[in-house]
Amino acid sequence: MIPTDWFLLLGAGLFTIGVIGVLTRRNVLVILMSIELILNAVNINLVAFSHYLRSVDGQIFAIFVITDAAAEAAIGLGLIIALFRNKETVNADEIDLLKW
Amino acid sequence: MTLAQIAFFILSVLALLSGILMITRRNVVHSVIWLIVSLFSVAGIFLLLEAEFLFAVQIILYVGGIMVLFLFAVMLVNVEASLKEARFNRQWGLALGTSLLLLVELAYGVYSARHGFRIVQASVAAGSANNTQLIGSALYGNYMLPVEIASILLLVAMVGAVIMTKRRLY
Repeated sequence: MIPTDWFLLLGAGLFTIGVIGVLTRRNVLVILMSIELILNAVNINLVAFSHYLRSVDGQIFAIFVITDAAAEAAIGLGLIIALFRNKETVNADEIDLLKW
Repeated sequence: MTLAQIAFFILSVLALLSGILMITRRNVVHSVIWLIVSLFSVAGIFLLLEAEFLFAVQIILYVGGIMVLFLFAVMLVNVEASLKEARFNRQWGLALGTSLLLLVELAYGVYSARHGFRIVQASVAAGSANNTQLIGSALYGNYMLPVEIASILLLVAMVGAVIMTKRRLY
């Protein structure tokens, strides 16, 4: 039997790695992938609590999170391709059109 | 230490290590591959948590769907140009420190509440409905409206992706 707090610590670790990726990388694609990693950390927490509480509701929420991740990936990658077509870059530091 | 705990350690070390490799690789294609390894490990974690349906969904949808989409996008944008540029932005030191502080905070929160989680509960009684059956009846019972909203969200995402990647709108 694995204690639930181990899963929570794993979720916290994956979440932190994702946050570091979002904050430090310059490539927009890697930032989007780090967001996927963060969503996975959330899923681990949801499923761990679903297991702990002997209820299937957490897994349903995880399914909705995966649905959101799919929608987010489709929209985000569409945005990146449109951005690359207009600015010829995927570097987050060079995308500063709204910066005054 | 039981077999399940050993499996948990292997899977979590694999997930964390491939996550770290994912955010540090220079080549974006390598990042995608390491993220796939990490997602597979998370799928194994789901299996340890007796969420068999989510295990299958994770592999089919994440690895088979979303990551292939990512690979397509990486191939469409210029990979060679980003190989020569710096990987991290100027604020990486501050960001790393803040994130590690966040990790310490989260770990302390879980650690101080760990006694609440130690209650070992009996496994689901044999003969009851299996995982996929339970999820199916919950999705089409209590969660009917959220499922419909999620389907509308996916439709909007599909139309949005098509519109945004179109060269000209008419």
